[in-house]
Amino acid sequence: MSKLEIIDLHVSVETEDGPKEILKGVTLTINSGETHAIMGPNGSGKSTLAYSIAGHPRYAVTGGSVTLDGEDVLAMSVDERARAGLFLAMQYPVEVPGVSVSNFLRTAKTAIDGEAPKLRTWVKEVNAALEDLDLDTTFAQRSVNEGFSGGEKKRHEIAQLELLAPKMAILDETDSGLDIDALKTVSDGVNRFAEGGEKGVLLITHYTRILRYIKPDFVHVFVDGKIAEEGGPELADQLEAEGYERFLKAAAV
Amino acid sequence: MTVTAESVSNALELDKVESHLHPEGSFDLADHAVPTGREEVWRFTPLKRLHGIHADAPLDGDGFTVDVVAADGVRAETVGADHELRGRSGLIPRDRVSARAWAAARNVFLVDVPAELETGATNVTFTGTGGESAVAGHVVVRVGAHAKATVVLTFVGSATLAENVEIILGDGAHLTLVTLQDWDDDAVHHATHHALVGRDADLKHVAVSFGGDVVRHDTSTEYAGPGGSVNMLGLYFADAGQHIEHRLFVDHTAPKTKSHVVYKGALQGDGAHTVWIGNVLIRKVAEGIETYEENRNLVLTDGARADSVPNLEIETGEIAGAGHASATGRFDDEQLFYLRSRGISEAEARRLVVHGFFTDLIRQIELPELEEKLAATVEAELAKNVLKGLI
Ligand SMILES: Nc1ncnc2c1ncn2[C@@H]1O[C@H](COP(=O)(O)OP(=O)(O)OP(=O)(O)O)[C@@H](O)[C@H]1O
Ligand SMILES: [Mg+2]
Repeated sequence: MSKLEIIDLHVSVETEDGPKEILKGVTLTINSGETHAIMGPNGSGKSTLAYSIAGHPRYAVTGGSVTLDGEDVLAMSVDERARAGLFLAMQYPVEVPGVSVSNFLRTAKTAIDGEAPKLRTWVKEVNAALEDLDLDTTFAQRSVNEGFSGGEKKRHEIAQLELLAPKMAILDETDSGLDIDALKTVSDGVNRFAEGGEKGVLLITHYTRILRYIKPDFVHVFVDGKIAEEGGPELADQLEAEGYERFLKAAAV
Repeated sequence: MTVTAESVSNALELDKVESHLHPEGSFDLADHAVPTGREEVWRFTPLKRLHGIHADAPLDGDGFTVDVVAADGVRAETVGADHELRGRSGLIPRDRVSARAWAAARNVFLVDVPAELETGATNVTFTGTGGESAVAGHVVVRVGAHAKATVVLTFVGSATLAENVEIILGDGAHLTLVTLQDWDDDAVHHATHHALVGRDADLKHVAVSFGGDVVRHDTSTEYAGPGGSVNMLGLYFADAGQHIEHRLFVDHTAPKTKSHVVYKGALQGDGAHTVWIGNVLIRKVAEGIETYEENRNLVLTDGARADSVPNLEIETGEIAGAGHASATGRFDDEQLFYLRSRGISEAEARRLVVHGFFTDLIRQIELPELEEKLAATVEAELAKNVLKGLI
C-alpha cells in the first residue's frame, strides 16, 4: 500500500520578468490501486505538476508539500525520487545520443533495484517489454529516443514503466500524438502495470479518448494551476460533451 | 628531396589558387619568419609554451625509444633521411616548425606496405624519455597500390617533438592511420601531417589527443587522382591548462573525391583550451566532389574554452555535396534530468552522456583494441574532474 500525497502545492518558473506562479495550490492524494486522470486545457499547468513531482530543476516549489508514504519527496534529488518509487512518462522524452536503450535500461534497473539484474532473464524481459509495446527488439541497440518517431518515444516510455515497475506512475500526455493502434498498445501497457498490484497511476491528458481504454477511478479538471472540479469517470464524459468552456469561464470570473 | 616534392606537385598540374586558407609552403627557413602570435595560423597557439621550437631552439635531441610491432609483410624501421620516399607525399612545410623539423631530421621512420598486401595493424610506439633538447621527427607511411593496412602511431612519455608525417596511398590503397597522443603532462608535440591520396584510394586518418601540455597538429590532404576518399576522425580531451589544437586542411585537387571530417572534444578544468580549424578547399578541377566536416565540443566545467572554425572555399559550381557543422555546448540539463528521472545517479548520468558523446566516433574508428582503450581513457579523464565529489 502506497500513498502519494500532494498538499497545497505552489510552483513558480523563472521568466524574464521574474518568477511566475504556475501552480496555485494543488491538493491531490493517490493511493495504490487507484487511477486518477487529470484533464485540462493547454497551458493550465499539467506538465508543471508532473515535472515538479519528478524534481525538474526548472521548477521552484514555493509552498506546500509532496510526500510518498510519508517521506518528503521535495527533499529528495531527482534520482532519489525515482528510486523511492516515482516514475514520470514524459510528454517530450529526451534524446540521449550514443547511449543505447539496452545500456540505459540496465543502468536504470540496477540503480532502482540496488543490484544488477540477472543477465539471462533481463535480456528476455527487455525484449518482451519492447515487443509488448510493438517496438522491434532492434530498438535495444539504438540510442535512447534518438530518431524515434513521436509514437515510438511514447511507447518506449511505457516499456520503461513496465520494466522499472515503480510504485506511482505519472503519465504526461502519453496519449498525444498516437494513432489508434498505438493508443491501444500503450493503454494495454498502462493497464498491465496498474493491475500488477499496489500501483498508483496519475494520467495527465488533454483528450478523453484514452479514457476509453484506461478507466480512471477519479477525474480532476485542471484549470489555471489548480484543480477546478473533481469527480468520478462521469466527469470525463461530461467534459467530452461540453469541453472546458464552463471551467474556463468559472476561472476567469 | 625538395626536387621530388616539387615534381609531385607539378605532376598534379594544378592552377595556383590564392586561397586564404593556407599559406604557401616552403622548404626555405627564410620564408618562415619567427611567429609573433598575431599571425592567423598562430593566433590560438600559446607560443611561450612551445619551448622555442617555433623560433630557434635546437632540434638536435634524440630522447625517444621506439617500439615496433609490424604486421606480416610490412616494413617498419628507421631509415636514412635521404630515403627516396621522403618528400613523396608532396608535404611542403607551411610553417616554421615544420620547415625546421624537415631540415633537422636525421633519419626517417618508415612504414612501407607493399602493393596488394592486405594486412593487420602495425603498431609503433614512440616513448619520449624527457631529454633536454627538442627532437625533430620524420615519419613516412606508404601504402602500395591496392594494399590494405592499419598503422597506429602512439606517443607517450615526455618530450618536445617537432614532427613531419608523410602519408602516401597508392591507387586503390586503403589505410587507417591513427596518431594517438597519450603524452605525459609536460610534453609538447607539434606535428604536420600531409597525405597524398591515390586514385580511388581510401584514407581513414584518426587523431586522438589526451595528454601533453601543448599538442598542435596540422593535417592536410590532397588527392593524386579522382575517386579518392578521406575520412578524418578526431577525439580529444583537454584538462586544466592543456592546449590541444587540430588544424585540418582538405585540398580537393581532383574530381569525384570525398572528404568526411568529424572531430569531437571534451574539455574540463581551468584553462583547458582546444582549437579546431577545419579548412576545405574545392578547386576548379574538383567537380563532383563531396565534403562534410563537423566539430563538436562538450565543455564539462567552467573555465575551459573551445574554439571551432570551419571554412569552406568553393571554386567550382559542380559539386555533389558540401556541408559543415560546428557546435560547442555544456552538459544538456534535459538529458541529465531524463536519465536521473529513471533512478540513475548524477555521476552515472554524466558518465553516460560523455561516453555517448564519443561513442559514434569511437565506433567509426573500427579498431576494437583501440575502442576499449579509448573508452577506458575517457573514463579515467572523467574521474579527474567531472565525477569528482560525485562518486
Ligand atoms: N519558462 C517559462 N517561462 C514562462 N512561462 C512558462 C515557462 N514554463 C512554463 N510556462 C508557462 O506555464 C504554463 C503551464 O505550462 P505547462 O507546460 O505546465 O502546461 P500544460 O498544462 O502541460 O499544457 P499542455 O497541455 O500544452 O501540455 C504555460 O502557460 C506556460 O507557458
Ligand atoms: Mg503539458
